[in-house]
Amino acid sequence: MLHRRQLIQGGAAALAGSAIASPMKALALETATLPFANGERPLVQYPQKRKLLRLTTRPPQLETPFSVYDEGVVTPNDAFFVRYHLADIPLAVDPDKFTLEVKGKVDKPLKLSLADVKAMPPVELLAVNQCSGNGRGFFEPRVAGGQAGNGLMGNARWKGVVLKTVLDLAGVQPGAKQATFDGLDEPVLEATPDFIKALDIDHARDGEVMLAYEMNGADIPMLNGYPLRLVVPGHYGTYWVKHLNEITVIDTMFDGFWMKSAYRVPANACACVEPGAKVAATAPIGRFNVRSFITNLADGATVKAGAPVLIRGVAFDGGYGVSDVLLSPDGGATWASTQLGADLGKYSFREFQASVSLPSGEHVLKIRAINRIGQSQPDVALWNPAGYMRNVVEAVRVSAV
Amino acid sequence: MRQGKPAALSIAGASLMALALLLGAPASGAPASIELPEEVATFKAGPGVEAAQNNCLGCHSADYINTQPTGPKFGKDFWTAEMTKMIKVFGAPVADDDARKIVDYLAATY
Repeated sequence: MLHRRQLIQGGAAALAGSAIASPMKALALETATLPFANGERPLVQYPQKRKLLRLTTRPPQLETPFSVYDEGVVTPNDAFFVRYHLADIPLAVDPDKFTLEVKGKVDKPLKLSLADVKAMPPVELLAVNQCSGNGRGFFEPRVAGGQAGNGLMGNARWKGVVLKTVLDLAGVQPGAKQATFDGLDEPVLEATPDFIKALDIDHARDGEVMLAYEMNGADIPMLNGYPLRLVVPGHYGTYWVKHLNEITVIDTMFDGFWMKSAYRVPANACACVEPGAKVAATAPIGRFNVRSFITNLADGATVKAGAPVLIRGVAFDGGYGVSDVLLSPDGGATWASTQLGADLGKYSFREFQASVSLPSGEHVLKIRAINRIGQSQPDVALWNPAGYMRNVVEAVRVSAV
Repeated sequence: MRQGKPAALSIAGASLMALALLLGAPASGAPASIELPEEVATFKAGPGVEAAQNNCLGCHSADYINTQPTGPKFGKDFWTAEMTKMIKVFGAPVADDDARKIVDYLAATY
Protein backbone atom coordinates (compact mmCIF):
# COMPACT_ATOMS: atom_id res chain seq x y z
CA MET A 1 0.00 0.00 0.00
CA LEU A 2 1.27 3.45 -0.80
CA HIS A 3 1.09 6.07 1.89
CA ARG A 4 -0.09 9.48 0.81
CA ARG A 5 3.30 10.96 1.68
CA GLN A 6 5.09 8.38 -0.46
CA LEU A 7 2.76 9.08 -3.36
CA ILE A 8 3.58 12.75 -3.21
CA GLN A 9 7.31 12.14 -2.92
CA GLY A 10 7.16 9.53 -5.64
CA GLY A 11 5.35 11.92 -7.93
CA ALA A 12 7.82 14.69 -7.27
CA ALA A 13 10.78 12.41 -7.81
CA ALA A 14 9.26 11.11 -11.03
CA LEU A 15 8.83 14.66 -12.31
CA ALA A 16 12.37 15.58 -11.34
CA GLY A 17 13.82 12.40 -12.80
CA SER A 18 13.12 10.44 -15.91
CA ALA A 19 9.78 11.05 -17.56
CA ILE A 20 9.31 7.32 -18.08
CA ALA A 21 10.02 6.29 -14.47
CA SER A 22 6.97 4.89 -12.70
CA PRO A 23 6.14 6.36 -9.28
CA MET A 24 7.18 3.08 -7.58
CA LYS A 25 10.54 3.11 -9.28
CA ALA A 26 10.99 6.75 -8.40
CA LEU A 27 10.64 5.84 -4.72
CA ALA A 28 13.96 4.03 -4.93
CA LEU A 29 15.81 7.08 -6.21
CA GLU A 30 16.58 8.40 -2.73
CA THR A 31 19.84 6.77 -1.72
CA ALA A 32 22.46 6.69 1.00
CA THR A 33 26.06 5.78 0.31
CA LEU A 34 28.03 3.59 2.71
CA PRO A 35 31.75 4.45 2.80
CA PHE A 36 33.07 1.49 0.80
CA ALA A 37 33.11 0.56 -2.89
CA ASN A 38 29.68 -0.30 -4.34
CA GLY A 39 28.07 1.04 -1.16
CA GLU A 40 25.12 2.95 -2.62
CA ARG A 41 21.81 1.82 -1.10
CA PRO A 42 18.24 2.92 -1.77
CA LEU A 43 16.43 4.40 1.24
CA VAL A 44 13.09 2.63 1.33
CA GLN A 45 10.17 2.63 3.74
CA TYR A 46 8.80 -0.77 4.76
CA PRO A 47 5.67 -1.49 6.83
CA GLN A 48 6.12 -0.43 10.49
CA LYS A 49 9.50 1.09 9.51
CA ARG A 50 10.91 4.50 8.69
CA LYS A 51 13.17 4.82 5.65
CA LEU A 52 16.06 2.38 6.00
CA LEU A 53 18.98 1.42 3.77
CA ARG A 54 17.89 -1.50 1.63
CA LEU A 55 20.63 -4.06 1.13
CA THR A 56 18.39 -6.67 -0.51
CA THR A 57 14.74 -6.85 -1.49
CA ARG A 58 13.85 -10.56 -1.36
CA PRO A 59 14.26 -11.66 1.33
CA PRO A 60 14.44 -8.19 2.86
CA GLN A 61 17.63 -6.95 4.51
CA LEU A 62 17.40 -3.39 5.83
CA GLU A 63 20.14 -1.42 7.58
CA THR A 64 19.61 1.28 10.21
CA PRO A 65 20.92 4.73 9.22
CA PHE A 66 23.84 5.32 11.59
CA SER A 67 22.50 8.68 12.79
CA VAL A 68 19.69 6.78 14.57
CA TYR A 69 22.15 5.66 17.25
CA ASP A 70 22.56 9.29 18.30
CA GLU A 71 18.80 9.67 18.92
CA GLY A 72 18.88 7.76 22.18
CA VAL A 73 20.17 4.69 23.94
CA VAL A 74 17.17 2.64 22.79
CA THR A 75 16.79 1.96 19.07
CA PRO A 76 13.20 2.65 17.96
CA ASN A 77 11.26 -0.26 16.48
CA ASP A 78 10.72 1.58 13.23
CA ALA A 79 14.49 2.02 12.78
CA PHE A 80 15.58 -1.45 13.89
CA PHE A 81 17.50 -3.43 11.25
CA VAL A 82 15.95 -6.36 9.36
CA ARG A 83 17.77 -9.48 8.26
CA TYR A 84 16.29 -12.65 6.75
CA HIS A 85 17.95 -15.60 5.02
CA LEU A 86 15.12 -17.32 3.16
CA ALA A 87 12.49 -15.69 0.99
CA ASP A 88 9.27 -17.39 2.12
CA ILE A 89 8.68 -15.05 5.06
CA PRO A 90 5.43 -14.58 6.98
CA LEU A 91 3.57 -11.41 5.97
CA ALA A 92 0.43 -12.18 7.98
CA VAL A 93 0.16 -13.89 11.36
CA ASP A 94 -3.09 -14.46 13.24
CA PRO A 95 -2.17 -14.03 16.93
CA ASP A 96 -5.19 -16.14 17.97
CA LYS A 97 -4.12 -19.09 15.82
CA PHE A 98 -0.36 -18.91 16.35
CA THR A 99 1.09 -21.72 18.44
CA LEU A 100 4.51 -22.44 19.89
CA GLU A 101 5.29 -26.14 19.92
CA VAL A 102 7.79 -27.62 22.40
CA LYS A 103 8.72 -31.19 21.60
CA GLY A 104 11.48 -33.78 21.43
CA LYS A 105 13.18 -35.08 24.57
CA VAL A 106 10.62 -33.66 26.97
CA ASP A 107 8.21 -35.37 29.35
CA LYS A 108 5.22 -33.32 28.28
CA PRO A 109 5.20 -31.90 24.74
CA LEU A 110 3.47 -28.50 24.64
CA LYS A 111 1.41 -26.50 22.19
CA LEU A 112 1.17 -23.02 23.62
CA SER A 113 -0.97 -20.21 22.26
CA LEU A 114 0.34 -16.67 22.33
CA ALA A 115 -2.12 -16.05 25.20
CA ASP A 116 -0.60 -19.02 27.08
CA VAL A 117 2.86 -17.50 26.70
CA LYS A 118 1.67 -14.05 27.77
CA ALA A 119 0.00 -15.56 30.88
CA MET A 120 3.39 -16.72 32.21
CA PRO A 121 5.42 -14.46 34.55
CA PRO A 122 6.89 -11.72 32.33
CA VAL A 123 10.47 -10.45 32.35
CA GLU A 124 11.99 -7.42 30.67
CA LEU A 125 15.54 -6.90 29.50
CA LEU A 126 17.39 -4.19 27.60
CA ALA A 127 19.63 -6.02 25.17
CA VAL A 128 21.59 -5.33 22.03
CA ASN A 129 20.93 -7.44 18.96
CA GLN A 130 23.72 -7.32 16.40
CA CYS A 131 24.13 -9.17 13.12
CA SER A 132 27.24 -11.37 12.88
CA GLY A 133 28.14 -9.52 9.68
CA ASN A 134 27.69 -5.99 11.00
CA GLY A 135 30.39 -3.93 9.25
CA ARG A 136 31.24 -6.63 6.70
CA GLY A 137 31.49 -4.03 3.95
CA PHE A 138 34.57 -2.58 5.68
CA PHE A 139 36.52 -5.85 5.55
CA GLU A 140 39.83 -5.67 3.66
CA PRO A 141 40.22 -7.75 1.64
CA ARG A 142 36.50 -7.67 0.90
CA VAL A 143 34.49 -10.86 1.38
CA ALA A 144 31.24 -12.22 -0.04
CA GLY A 145 27.97 -11.79 1.86
CA GLY A 146 25.69 -8.96 2.91
CA GLN A 147 27.71 -5.76 2.42
CA ALA A 148 26.65 -3.84 5.51
CA GLY A 149 27.94 -0.73 7.19
CA ASN A 150 27.68 -0.57 10.99
CA GLY A 151 23.88 -0.30 11.03
CA LEU A 152 23.03 -3.94 11.70
CA MET A 153 22.72 -3.48 15.45
CA GLY A 154 20.12 -2.13 17.82
CA ASN A 155 19.31 -1.89 21.52
CA ALA A 156 15.74 -2.68 22.57
CA ARG A 157 13.72 -3.40 25.69
CA TRP A 158 12.45 -6.96 25.22
CA LYS A 159 9.49 -8.30 27.19
CA GLY A 160 8.59 -11.95 27.29
CA VAL A 161 9.09 -15.12 29.28
CA VAL A 162 12.27 -16.86 30.32
CA LEU A 163 12.90 -19.85 28.05
CA LYS A 164 13.74 -21.96 31.13
CA THR A 165 10.18 -21.46 32.40
CA VAL A 166 8.79 -23.00 29.21
CA LEU A 167 11.37 -25.80 29.10
CA ASP A 168 10.70 -26.66 32.76
CA LEU A 169 6.99 -26.80 32.02
CA ALA A 170 7.70 -29.34 29.28
CA GLY A 171 10.18 -31.23 31.46
CA VAL A 172 13.55 -31.64 29.75
CA GLN A 173 14.61 -35.27 29.93
CA PRO A 174 18.00 -36.46 31.24
CA GLY A 175 20.55 -36.74 28.46
CA ALA A 176 19.27 -33.69 26.55
CA LYS A 177 22.16 -31.88 24.84
CA GLN A 178 20.65 -29.04 22.81
CA ALA A 179 17.42 -27.28 21.95
CA THR A 180 16.72 -26.26 18.35
CA PHE A 181 14.67 -23.25 17.30
CA ASP A 182 12.65 -22.85 14.12
CA GLY A 183 10.42 -20.00 12.97
CA LEU A 184 7.70 -19.39 10.40
CA ASP A 185 10.14 -18.26 7.70
CA GLU A 186 10.82 -20.98 5.14
CA PRO A 187 13.01 -21.66 2.12
CA VAL A 188 11.51 -21.31 -1.34
CA LEU A 189 12.88 -24.69 -2.43
CA GLU A 190 12.42 -27.95 -0.53
CA ALA A 191 16.12 -28.63 -1.09
CA THR A 192 17.26 -25.46 0.71
CA PRO A 193 18.10 -25.98 4.40
CA ASP A 194 15.44 -24.42 6.65
CA PHE A 195 16.76 -21.74 9.02
CA ILE A 196 17.06 -23.63 12.32
CA LYS A 197 19.45 -22.71 15.12
CA ALA A 198 20.56 -24.58 18.24
CA LEU A 199 21.70 -23.70 21.75
CA ASP A 200 23.33 -26.03 24.25
CA ILE A 201 20.70 -27.10 26.76
CA ASP A 202 22.48 -25.41 29.68
CA HIS A 203 22.57 -22.14 27.73
CA ALA A 204 18.90 -22.51 26.85
CA ARG A 205 18.13 -22.96 30.57
CA ASP A 206 20.42 -20.21 31.88
CA GLY A 207 17.48 -18.05 32.99
CA GLU A 208 18.43 -15.22 30.61
CA VAL A 209 17.50 -16.55 27.17
CA MET A 210 13.94 -15.47 26.60
CA LEU A 211 10.94 -15.70 24.30
CA ALA A 212 10.00 -12.09 23.58
CA TYR A 213 6.57 -10.91 22.45
CA GLU A 214 7.14 -7.18 22.99
CA MET A 215 9.85 -4.83 21.81
CA ASN A 216 10.07 -1.35 23.31
CA GLY A 217 6.55 -1.63 24.75
CA ALA A 218 4.83 -2.67 21.52
CA ASP A 219 4.23 -5.84 19.55
CA ILE A 220 7.42 -6.87 17.78
CA PRO A 221 7.27 -5.49 14.21
CA MET A 222 6.43 -8.18 11.66
CA LEU A 223 9.85 -7.89 10.00
CA ASN A 224 11.60 -8.27 13.37
CA GLY A 225 9.86 -11.54 14.21
CA TYR A 226 6.21 -11.00 15.22
CA PRO A 227 4.66 -12.48 17.29
CA LEU A 228 7.48 -14.22 19.17
CA ARG A 229 11.25 -14.22 18.84
CA LEU A 230 14.11 -15.80 20.69
CA VAL A 231 16.29 -13.31 22.58
CA VAL A 232 19.78 -14.63 23.32
CA PRO A 233 21.42 -11.82 25.31
CA GLY A 234 25.02 -11.02 24.42
CA HIS A 235 24.98 -13.35 21.42
CA TYR A 236 24.90 -12.57 17.71
CA GLY A 237 21.55 -12.11 16.01
CA THR A 238 21.76 -15.41 14.12
CA TYR A 239 20.47 -17.09 17.30
CA TRP A 240 17.58 -14.66 17.80
CA VAL A 241 15.14 -16.78 15.74
CA LYS A 242 12.21 -14.72 14.46
CA HIS A 243 8.56 -15.84 14.32
CA LEU A 244 9.61 -18.66 16.67
CA ASN A 245 7.05 -21.47 16.63
CA GLU A 246 8.96 -24.69 17.22
CA ILE A 247 11.41 -25.71 19.95
CA THR A 248 12.81 -29.23 19.86
CA VAL A 249 14.91 -30.70 22.65
CA ILE A 250 17.45 -33.19 21.30
CA ASP A 251 19.98 -35.59 22.84
CA THR A 252 22.52 -35.07 20.05
CA MET A 253 24.45 -32.07 18.75
CA PHE A 254 22.33 -30.47 16.02
CA ASP A 255 24.00 -30.82 12.62
CA GLY A 256 21.77 -28.64 10.44
CA PHE A 257 23.39 -26.39 7.84
CA TRP A 258 22.92 -23.12 9.75
CA MET A 259 24.92 -24.49 12.71
CA LYS A 260 27.30 -26.99 11.15
CA SER A 261 28.39 -25.04 8.06
CA ALA A 262 27.16 -21.45 8.34
CA TYR A 263 27.82 -18.83 11.02
CA ARG A 264 31.17 -20.31 11.99
CA VAL A 265 34.32 -18.45 12.93
CA PRO A 266 37.97 -19.49 13.27
CA ALA A 267 38.25 -21.61 16.42
CA ASN A 268 40.84 -19.43 18.15
CA ALA A 269 40.83 -16.61 20.70
CA CYS A 270 40.54 -13.79 18.15
CA ALA A 271 38.16 -15.61 15.77
CA CYS A 272 40.56 -14.39 13.10
CA VAL A 273 43.18 -15.43 10.57
CA GLU A 274 45.70 -13.46 8.50
CA PRO A 275 43.77 -11.45 5.90
CA GLY A 276 43.07 -13.66 2.92
CA ALA A 277 44.16 -16.90 4.64
CA LYS A 278 42.13 -20.09 4.81
CA VAL A 279 40.73 -21.35 8.13
CA ALA A 280 41.77 -24.72 9.59
CA ALA A 281 39.20 -25.29 12.36
CA THR A 282 35.95 -23.43 13.00
CA ALA A 283 33.42 -23.11 15.81
CA PRO A 284 29.87 -21.69 15.93
CA ILE A 285 29.84 -17.92 16.38
CA GLY A 286 28.98 -16.97 19.97
CA ARG A 287 29.14 -13.85 22.10
CA PHE A 288 29.62 -10.30 20.88
CA ASN A 289 33.08 -8.85 21.21
CA VAL A 290 33.55 -5.30 22.53
CA ARG A 291 32.51 -2.38 20.32
CA SER A 292 32.16 1.38 20.66
CA PHE A 293 31.04 4.13 18.31
CA ILE A 294 31.00 7.90 18.26
CA THR A 295 27.44 8.73 17.22
CA ASN A 296 27.22 12.53 17.14
CA LEU A 297 30.05 13.26 14.68
CA ALA A 298 30.10 11.65 11.26
CA ASP A 299 33.38 11.03 9.46
CA GLY A 300 34.47 14.30 7.82
CA ALA A 301 32.50 16.53 10.21
CA THR A 302 33.55 20.12 10.86
CA VAL A 303 33.85 21.34 14.47
CA LYS A 304 34.76 24.66 16.06
CA ALA A 305 38.49 25.05 16.77
CA GLY A 306 39.68 26.00 20.27
CA ALA A 307 36.28 25.47 21.89
CA PRO A 308 34.80 22.52 23.80
CA VAL A 309 33.46 19.89 21.39
CA LEU A 310 30.98 17.36 22.77
CA ILE A 311 31.69 13.80 21.72
CA ARG A 312 29.21 11.09 22.58
CA GLY A 313 28.29 7.60 21.56
CA VAL A 314 27.49 4.06 22.64
CA ALA A 315 29.48 0.98 23.62
CA PHE A 316 28.53 -2.64 24.32
CA ASP A 317 29.97 -6.11 24.73
CA GLY A 318 28.86 -9.73 25.05
CA GLY A 319 27.37 -9.37 28.49
CA TYR A 320 30.21 -8.76 30.94
CA GLY A 321 29.44 -5.06 30.93
CA VAL A 322 31.40 -2.07 29.63
CA SER A 323 33.64 -0.66 32.37
CA ASP A 324 35.48 2.11 30.52
CA VAL A 325 35.36 3.95 27.21
CA LEU A 326 38.53 5.78 26.17
CA LEU A 327 38.73 8.62 23.67
CA SER A 328 41.83 9.63 21.75
CA PRO A 329 41.71 13.12 20.21
CA ASP A 330 45.00 12.59 18.37
CA GLY A 331 44.69 9.44 16.29
CA GLY A 332 45.61 7.05 19.10
CA ALA A 333 48.68 8.81 20.59
CA THR A 334 46.99 9.67 23.88
CA TRP A 335 43.83 8.33 25.51
CA ALA A 336 41.53 9.55 28.29
CA SER A 337 38.45 8.08 29.94
CA THR A 338 35.04 9.40 28.95
CA GLN A 339 32.07 9.86 31.26
CA LEU A 340 29.79 6.83 31.16
CA GLY A 341 26.03 7.18 31.07
CA ALA A 342 23.64 5.24 33.30
CA ASP A 343 24.24 1.51 33.61
CA LEU A 344 21.11 0.06 31.97
CA GLY A 345 22.24 -3.54 32.33
CA LYS A 346 25.14 -5.58 31.05
CA TYR A 347 23.47 -6.40 27.72
CA SER A 348 22.44 -2.83 26.86
CA PHE A 349 24.19 -0.07 24.96
CA ARG A 350 26.17 2.03 27.44
CA GLU A 351 26.29 5.71 26.58
CA PHE A 352 29.45 7.77 26.99
CA GLN A 353 30.39 11.38 26.47
CA ALA A 354 33.45 13.60 26.62
CA SER A 355 34.45 17.14 25.77
CA VAL A 356 37.64 17.98 23.90
CA SER A 357 39.13 21.17 22.56
CA LEU A 358 40.85 20.81 19.21
CA PRO A 359 43.29 23.29 17.59
CA SER A 360 42.44 24.27 14.05
CA GLY A 361 43.36 21.59 11.55
CA GLU A 362 42.58 17.98 10.71
CA HIS A 363 42.16 15.47 13.54
CA VAL A 364 41.39 11.78 13.95
CA LEU A 365 39.22 10.86 16.93
CA LYS A 366 39.43 7.26 18.08
CA ILE A 367 37.24 5.40 20.54
CA ARG A 368 37.96 2.21 22.48
CA ALA A 369 35.84 0.41 25.07
CA ILE A 370 36.97 -2.04 27.73
CA ASN A 371 34.71 -4.53 29.50
CA ARG A 372 34.74 -5.86 33.05
CA ILE A 373 36.96 -8.82 32.16
CA GLY A 374 39.50 -6.61 30.38
CA GLN A 375 38.52 -7.35 26.80
CA SER A 376 38.90 -4.41 24.42
CA GLN A 377 39.14 -3.60 20.72
CA PRO A 378 42.04 -4.08 18.27
CA ASP A 379 43.82 -1.10 16.66
CA VAL A 380 43.96 -2.93 13.35
CA ALA A 381 40.86 -4.77 12.12
CA LEU A 382 40.87 -8.53 12.58
CA TRP A 383 39.87 -10.60 9.56
CA ASN A 384 38.01 -13.84 8.86
CA PRO A 385 36.66 -15.13 5.54
CA ALA A 386 32.97 -14.82 6.46
CA GLY A 387 33.28 -11.17 7.49
CA TYR A 388 31.99 -11.68 11.03
CA MET A 389 32.67 -10.00 14.39
CA ARG A 390 34.24 -6.75 13.21
CA ASN A 391 35.24 -4.70 16.25
CA VAL A 392 38.21 -2.53 15.28
CA VAL A 393 38.83 0.75 17.17
CA GLU A 394 36.69 3.14 15.13
CA ALA A 395 38.14 6.39 13.84
CA VAL A 396 36.30 9.60 12.93
CA ARG A 397 38.11 12.31 10.98
CA VAL A 398 37.12 15.87 11.83
CA SER A 399 38.21 19.33 10.68
CA ALA A 400 38.49 22.00 13.37
CA VAL A 401 38.03 25.50 11.95
CA MET B 1 8.13 -24.57 10.37
CA ARG B 2 5.22 -23.36 8.32
CA GLN B 3 2.03 -22.85 10.29
CA GLY B 4 -1.51 -22.11 9.13
CA LYS B 5 -0.53 -19.45 6.63
CA PRO B 6 -3.52 -17.77 5.03
CA ALA B 7 -3.97 -18.16 1.30
CA ALA B 8 -2.74 -15.33 -0.88
CA LEU B 9 -4.59 -12.15 -0.01
CA SER B 10 -6.17 -9.96 -2.61
CA ILE B 11 -4.44 -6.61 -3.07
CA ALA B 12 -7.50 -4.81 -1.70
CA GLY B 13 -7.76 -7.10 1.31
CA ALA B 14 -4.08 -6.77 2.11
CA SER B 15 -4.29 -3.00 1.84
CA LEU B 16 -7.22 -2.89 4.23
CA MET B 17 -5.34 -4.95 6.75
CA ALA B 18 -2.22 -2.86 6.32
CA LEU B 19 -4.39 0.19 6.92
CA ALA B 20 -5.80 -1.40 10.09
CA LEU B 21 -2.23 -1.97 11.23
CA LEU B 22 -1.34 1.65 10.62
CA LEU B 23 -4.32 2.89 12.55
CA GLY B 24 -3.31 1.01 15.66
CA ALA B 25 -2.37 -2.33 17.13
CA PRO B 26 -4.69 -5.03 15.84
CA ALA B 27 -7.35 -6.12 18.29
CA SER B 28 -7.26 -9.70 19.43
CA GLY B 29 -8.39 -11.88 16.56
CA ALA B 30 -7.25 -9.48 13.86
CA PRO B 31 -4.34 -10.97 11.94
CA ALA B 32 -1.31 -8.71 11.77
CA SER B 33 -0.49 -8.27 8.11
CA ILE B 34 1.96 -6.30 6.02
CA GLU B 35 2.57 -5.75 2.34
CA LEU B 36 6.12 -5.36 1.08
CA PRO B 37 7.24 -2.68 -1.41
CA GLU B 38 7.44 -3.68 -5.05
CA GLU B 39 10.63 -5.43 -6.16
CA VAL B 40 12.52 -3.15 -8.53
CA ALA B 41 16.07 -4.60 -8.53
CA THR B 42 17.11 -6.08 -11.87
CA PHE B 43 20.17 -7.77 -13.30
CA LYS B 44 22.49 -5.63 -15.40
CA ALA B 45 22.22 -6.20 -19.13
CA GLY B 46 24.83 -8.50 -20.63
CA PRO B 47 25.34 -11.75 -22.52
CA GLY B 48 23.76 -14.60 -20.53
CA VAL B 49 21.48 -12.40 -18.42
CA GLU B 50 18.51 -14.62 -19.33
CA ALA B 51 20.15 -17.63 -17.66
CA ALA B 52 20.62 -15.59 -14.47
CA GLN B 53 17.04 -14.33 -14.58
CA ASN B 54 15.65 -17.82 -15.14
CA ASN B 55 17.66 -19.56 -12.43
CA CYS B 56 18.39 -17.05 -9.65
CA LEU B 57 15.25 -14.98 -9.21
CA GLY B 58 13.13 -17.85 -7.95
CA CYS B 59 14.81 -17.64 -4.56
CA HIS B 60 16.26 -14.13 -4.24
CA SER B 61 16.23 -10.68 -5.76
CA ALA B 62 18.94 -9.38 -8.10
CA ASP B 63 20.30 -6.93 -5.51
CA TYR B 64 21.93 -9.93 -3.79
CA ILE B 65 24.37 -9.81 -6.74
CA ASN B 66 24.37 -6.07 -7.37
CA THR B 67 25.70 -5.27 -3.89
CA GLN B 68 28.63 -7.72 -3.87
CA PRO B 69 32.18 -6.36 -3.98
CA THR B 70 33.58 -5.69 -7.43
CA GLY B 71 37.09 -5.63 -8.89
CA PRO B 72 39.73 -8.06 -10.13
CA LYS B 73 39.42 -10.37 -7.11
CA PHE B 74 35.73 -10.80 -7.74
CA GLY B 75 35.93 -12.44 -11.15
CA LYS B 76 35.32 -15.91 -12.46
CA ASP B 77 36.70 -17.80 -9.42
CA PHE B 78 34.53 -15.78 -7.03
CA TRP B 79 31.36 -16.28 -9.04
CA THR B 80 32.13 -19.97 -9.66
CA ALA B 81 32.33 -20.45 -5.88
CA GLU B 82 29.02 -18.60 -5.41
CA MET B 83 27.34 -20.64 -8.16
CA THR B 84 28.62 -23.89 -6.63
CA LYS B 85 27.31 -22.82 -3.20
CA MET B 86 23.87 -22.09 -4.65
CA ILE B 87 23.70 -25.53 -6.26
CA LYS B 88 25.40 -27.73 -3.67
CA VAL B 89 24.41 -26.00 -0.43
CA PHE B 90 21.10 -24.32 -1.21
CA GLY B 91 19.86 -26.95 -3.68
CA ALA B 92 19.30 -24.69 -6.67
CA PRO B 93 18.35 -26.93 -9.64
CA VAL B 94 20.60 -25.32 -12.26
CA ALA B 95 21.60 -27.25 -15.40
CA ASP B 96 25.36 -27.44 -16.05
CA ASP B 97 25.08 -25.40 -19.24
CA ASP B 98 23.11 -22.64 -17.49
CA ALA B 99 25.54 -22.65 -14.55
CA ARG B 100 28.43 -21.99 -16.97
CA LYS B 101 26.47 -19.21 -18.70
CA ILE B 102 25.60 -17.57 -15.38
CA VAL B 103 29.20 -17.62 -14.13
CA ASP B 104 30.44 -16.12 -17.42
CA TYR B 105 27.71 -13.46 -17.27
CA LEU B 106 28.41 -12.52 -13.64
CA ALA B 107 32.20 -12.46 -14.13
CA ALA B 108 31.89 -10.27 -17.22
CA THR B 109 29.12 -7.95 -16.01
CA TYR B 110 29.79 -7.37 -12.27
